[in-house]
Amino acid sequence: MSESTAELQSLLKRAEALYHDMHFGAVRAWKDAEPGRRAVGILPVWFPRELIHAAGMLPVSVMGGGDDVEIIKGDAYFQSYICHLPRSTMEMSLNGGLDMLDAMIFPSICDVIRNLSGMWQLLFPDRPAWYFDMPQSSDAIGRRFCGRELAELRDALGALAGSSIEDDVLRESVRLYNENRRLVEALYETRRERPWLCPTSELYVVLRAGNVLPVEEHNAMLRSYAELAGGAERHAIDNARVVVVGSFCEQPPLNLIRTIERAGCYIVDDDLLLGNRLVRGDVPDSDDPLDTIVGTFIDHAREASFLYRPADKGAELVQGLEACRAEGVLFCAPSFCDPALLDQPMLVEAVEEAGIPHTSFKYAENTGQFQVIREQAGTFADSIKLWGAA
Amino acid sequence: MSTASGNTVGMDSSMALQKQMLARHYDRLSRAEEEGRACAYTFVPGNLTELLLSFDILPVLPEINALQNAMRKKSRDYIATAEKLGHSEDVCTYVKCDLGMAKSGNVGPTGERLPDPSVLLLSYTGCFTFMKWFEILKQEYDCPIAMLHVPYQGAGAATRNMRDYVVEQLKENVIPQLEAVTGKRYDEDRLSEHLAASARAEDDFVAVLESAKHKPSPIDAYFGGVYYISPIFTAFRGTPEAESYYETLREEVQERIGGGLGPITPEGTLPEERYRLVVEGPPCWTNFRDLWKMFYDEGAVVVASTYTKVGGIYDNGFRHDPSRPLESLAEYCLGCYTNLNLPSRTDMIVKYVEDYDADGFLVNSVKSCNSFSAGQLLILRQVEERTGRPGGFFESDLVDPRYFSGANVKNRLESYFQMVEQKRSAVRSLS
Repeated sequence: MSESTAELQSLLKRAEALYHDMHFGAVRAWKDAEPGRRAVGILPVWFPRELIHAAGMLPVSVMGGGDDVEIIKGDAYFQSYICHLPRSTMEMSLNGGLDMLDAMIFPSICDVIRNLSGMWQLLFPDRPAWYFDMPQSSDAIGRRFCGRELAELRDALGALAGSSIEDDVLRESVRLYNENRRLVEALYETRRERPWLCPTSELYVVLRAGNVLPVEEHNAMLRSYAELAGGAERHAIDNARVVVVGSFCEQPPLNLIRTIERAGCYIVDDDLLLGNRLVRGDVPDSDDPLDTIVGTFIDHAREASFLYRPADKGAELVQGLEACRAEGVLFCAPSFCDPALLDQPMLVEAVEEAGIPHTSFKYAENTGQFQVIREQAGTFADSIKLWGAA
Repeated sequence: MSTASGNTVGMDSSMALQKQMLARHYDRLSRAEEEGRACAYTFVPGNLTELLLSFDILPVLPEINALQNAMRKKSRDYIATAEKLGHSEDVCTYVKCDLGMAKSGNVGPTGERLPDPSVLLLSYTGCFTFMKWFEILKQEYDCPIAMLHVPYQGAGAATRNMRDYVVEQLKENVIPQLEAVTGKRYDEDRLSEHLAASARAEDDFVAVLESAKHKPSPIDAYFGGVYYISPIFTAFRGTPEAESYYETLREEVQERIGGGLGPITPEGTLPEERYRLVVEGPPCWTNFRDLWKMFYDEGAVVVASTYTKVGGIYDNGFRHDPSRPLESLAEYCLGCYTNLNLPSRTDMIVKYVEDYDADGFLVNSVKSCNSFSAGQLLILRQVEERTGRPGGFFESDLVDPRYFSGANVKNRLESYFQMVEQKRSAVRSLS
């Protein structure tokens, strides 16, 4: 084994260990390294992590327990028809798995996450919890509203950290997260062009590490991965190029991603961990960094089912499919996910109009049976390869 | 929301009045296109009825159509139609029922064709699904869409920033779109007149709701309550018809109090009030009468419910204010029940249990509505702990009959009432 291969494997081993660590050891270690350090949890999908970073705190993206958390208490809080992510989040919360988080932020995405914010307030009244209402009015009015909401949160985060968040510090945080976004985009670009070099099952755990690592460390990891994966001796195979749609909040288990790949698919784009990439491009440097963060979100957020988009539904998806030369779409949404499942028929219509094959299935974050999905994804990939259409 | 179906229900004159109002409304809707009247499809929570009326726009409420279709046993087929078109079995059945109806000719629950919308007025208040629902309808209809984003009271209060945001959207987005659709100028005086009428009706409405503090309660605030909320939650708030309805209703309720009578039900007046309950969650419309009968058979009266607050909370003192029309509409929207966070909802239910001297608290958890349902099991525990009175839980759906199991629900309710009895026995033996 070459040195670079060993290095790549070591990096991936670490990333996968972080992915599976539902005790958030990395976050605890970061806090323990210096007295007074604080960490703030963020539920999916988007919150400007720059703000937390600028307060000297660690933003931690909490994306449920995957298939690594056995649900015992969590099921007692949710009916059978509610998705899985809040169950595992509740399970971890009640078992002390999230006790290293000094505060929580619940962005607006759906009614379940919204109500989870209130449950948190009832169960953990001593720990700050904030609901962040993303503006659905994507104009100057929405920008003003969101700016004022974030200004309040900036004050609250500053109070939690013990010092106010200054603009020059925030600008520096923005710079670091811009770099993070560029590195992530570059990896997506690599995968789009040469998916055999950068399989999604690897890329996913590397990106997921950013949920718990400081951005500086994650940037270093992304750079290393880009270099090591880009130089790896890997060869293209005749897989179908597919795009995964609908997995932006509750995440599929890693083995489901592997299953799709083993079934003969290159995932050349996806909306996994969408919060990392929701805003396209850099947040520009400015005198008023908070306003610029809001403006960038308003003007450059990708089409997402939790954001109001009444016209040209699916147009951006179709454009993206063409840009990455996708041969098919896997609509892959969590069971009971209102945003994804309500959006899906509209997106399907757009994809069908564009003549792009698609198939769909649902999962839960702890789905353990993959045979059916493998057969479905495999048949889909075969049909693309054999007949050029599903 | 509410409204009497075509079924025969034990009726006071207010019920007959309401039935006539609704029939006239559907009749007006059926003639709207030939008469060239503008129609807005819009939602019950955070509705802007007075504003629409000030533009002479007729409101069409898809939730009401869906529930009316369910009460008339039409929803199953409409849901099946939507599911055949690719809509998931996991999502809200109001949406699927409405879409199925639209795809089947858009014939409303009374058998008359509903007009296509002149505008989709998306009052995005307290329910994420609303936003997706109108994105779906936007694909069906070639008409403008006006969106009003009402922020959620995540921290338990409506802030100045939230109110300003709503007012700014009304001024800069919603009103200009209504002007464009109708060709009429915004008339604030006219809006204020409607709001003044709303406030008068709201006074009478609250008196009716609070009459349930009497023993026996002269009303049922859940099953009966959906009839009482109908005019004020739908197309009539701010109209003389609604004022007249609530005056009549209040007088009738006063008479019932004077006569020591319990609530009127489909089976007649409830002869004996055995249990006083608070209920959280929407009704199951497909089996509305069956469920009401189960309560009736046990002598159970609902003295307060949260469902009767989804279209606005008035028993906390809020009234539409004609002197601050847009601010008042914004405050109304922000204050609807499903726009409150869980601690606020819990506080409200605890207060109801105490103020109305309820024996307990029941949750009807409907599969379709995560806005209501997510967190109800925690609310249940919290209310039990804080009031010391027993809570119960059963599941159904809004308009999908596949999710109603009568035997299971009855079993749950019987067990629950036994629990209440045991609690009473324990209290008696202690005293």
